[in-house]
Amino acid sequence: MTPLLSVRALTKRYGPHIGCADVSFDLWPGEVMGIVGESGSGKSTLLNCMAGHLVCDSGQVIFDTRADGPTDTLTMSEPARRMLSRTDWAFVHQHARDGLRMGVSAGGNVGERLMAVGARNYGDIRDTAIDWLGRVEISETRIDDRPTTFSGGMQQRLQIARNLVTGPRLVFMDEPTGGLDVSVQARLLDLLRGLVRDMGLSAIIVTHDLAVVRLLADRLMVMKDGHVVEAGLTDQVLDDPQHAYTQLLVSSVLQV
Amino acid sequence: MTGVEPMIALSDVSKTFTLHNQGGAVIEVMRNASLSVAKGECVALVGASGAGKSTLMRMVYGNYLAAKGKVVVAGLDVAQAAPREILALRREVMGYVSQFLRVVPRVPTLEVVAEPLLAVGEDREAALARARDLLTRLNIPQTLWSLSPTTFSGGEQQRVNIARGFAHPYPVLLLDEPTASLDAANREVVLTLIEEAKDRGAAIMGIFHDEAARDRVCDRVVDVTGFAPLQAA
Repeated sequence: MTPLLSVRALTKRYGPHIGCADVSFDLWPGEVMGIVGESGSGKSTLLNCMAGHLVCDSGQVIFDTRADGPTDTLTMSEPARRMLSRTDWAFVHQHARDGLRMGVSAGGNVGERLMAVGARNYGDIRDTAIDWLGRVEISETRIDDRPTTFSGGMQQRLQIARNLVTGPRLVFMDEPTGGLDVSVQARLLDLLRGLVRDMGLSAIIVTHDLAVVRLLADRLMVMKDGHVVEAGLTDQVLDDPQHAYTQLLVSSVLQV
Repeated sequence: MTGVEPMIALSDVSKTFTLHNQGGAVIEVMRNASLSVAKGECVALVGASGAGKSTLMRMVYGNYLAAKGKVVVAGLDVAQAAPREILALRREVMGYVSQFLRVVPRVPTLEVVAEPLLAVGEDREAALARARDLLTRLNIPQTLWSLSPTTFSGGEQQRVNIARGFAHPYPVLLLDEPTASLDAANREVVLTLIEEAKDRGAAIMGIFHDEAARDRVCDRVVDVTGFAPLQAA
């Protein structure tokens, strides 16, 4: 088996400051990896570098593409990478409004991504949009409403539907449950878990919430000051942390 | 095939904890632990509270890192294996019934129990049928099946945990006090489930404070006090 994603020595500096340094790992098909660390630890920088939203200084992000097998996405042509980000990749932003088109209806938000990969039949697009709104528990009656009329939790679920409608193989998530009520978080976690299992997705989830990674992630990477200080099975890292910083992080939480 | 090779084999396993935030104190909790469990065998870990029974079991499951030695489960050295190898082992081979139920909120009990089967690609209807069967045997009222177990009583959660642990016929089972907080009828069901697992060839390692239960299902007892660093010298 080939890793779905192989990151090698990924480094990003902001002037003299380290964003993330020398990060390497393999992500296998169907795996969910969590990246934790406090704010400023470089976890979002790393995620954005991998997803191509930020230009990195050095390193490789090798994705096992359907057409050509493992390919470094950092040296790929811009159209090829854009196509990848519309098809096999998805990115769920912490703030749904960053990942949605707020002036377009809910159905349009889902349909737009389908059209970007060539869907043209209005009836089919609308049917797929209705199906996906149902999967993320948004009533069909809201299909023509704009996301501005949705609650925060609904917006986040709409963003997930928009991202997953094209059947991506890799989903990047930046604090997907951040800023949501606990009950809404639970609903979203349940939804994400089901989608990961049923669609065989791989995902990389950046969060500072150890309870979220405990439930969602198979593996965990702990970052501090731009460096990965510890990595391993999620429950092993949380139950038997080896690095001083991880021990501090785990012992600082009320209950995981 | 008879179990020539043990399903679980620990050799010279040591465990230390380094407390970086308490002056870097290194606490050695286990030294030179060796034991094995064959197919169809049930081995009880005994020893006073704090002697290291749970620590040893967690090293077998892979959520504690062994400092030294080998922890071989069905041919894989858990002490050295990559995360994805351990994940595959846990999915296919090694089940763990802990004392605490940890689930995603909102997920119905029936799904919680069926999940290990769905994870190995079992047909959905067959998985749900198996889950219903186990929940019925463990006397969880049908009215609760569609609810999340997070709000259940301690005993009910314990039984949901057991149903989940026995849903997939794991060749290796780790049981942490499986009969704790159960009434006589349910305790009997759990002991029968353990006996059935042994009959189909599962290798079982467990912690049983319930002595009568231990005497009934366990073939051997290993006293982990013998693995304490002081006595090992």
